[in-house]
Amino acid sequence: MARSIKKGPFIDQKLLKKIDALNAANSKKVIKTWARRSTIPPEFVGHTIAVYNGNKFIPVFITENMVGHKLGEFAPTRIFRGHSGRKTADKATTVA
Amino acid sequence: MARIAGVDLPKDKRVEAALTYIYGLGFSSSRDILKSAGVNPDTRVNKLTDAEIAKIRSVIDARYKVEGALRAETTMNIKRLIDIGCYRGMRHRKGLTVRGQRTRTNARTRKGRKKTVAGKRKK
Repeated sequence: MARSIKKGPFIDQKLLKKIDALNAANSKKVIKTWARRSTIPPEFVGHTIAVYNGNKFIPVFITENMVGHKLGEFAPTRIFRGHSGRKTADKATTVA
Repeated sequence: MARIAGVDLPKDKRVEAALTYIYGLGFSSSRDILKSAGVNPDTRVNKLTDAEIAKIRSVIDARYKVEGALRAETTMNIKRLIDIGCYRGMRHRKGLTVRGQRTRTNARTRKGRKKTVAGKRKK
């Protein structure tokens, strides 16, 4: 279910403060963050944010199209390397 | 007979139903269009006067996005998701479910025909 409009979008305030400081200083710096749940406001556009995926920080360059999405959508938490083929399956059974 | 938005409407059906042959119009939008065009939804398509057809056409043009324009918009939206590299875009790219549905079973509409994998049943 979608979030109530009354509340407005959820934006991580600490992150927003850091970005605002960068905007005021007119500088670009990669900011690490764990705030995957934060919506991307227009202020973030043009910055690179390193979003934690549970293992490492994925650098995400924010473009205009990304506004309104959440940071976590751009840092996948699972890697799928394909299903085990016949070879890998045989190996697994011999080991076990 | 009556051609609206590049689609031939079936002659013998009631207009209310006939309008749903246009991509992007269902029954509620069809009723809404006929109401504001002042056309009785029970008239058959071949009994429509030219004035009524023009009326319907103008209402659709003014208020609804149908057929090609609507299809283009949908593909643009999907393309946007794919281009920005977000989770939903990646699911579209892989042809898997986008809204968190299970893929262990079912999800056949997205995944296409079943491909049998050897040894899947064991334990």
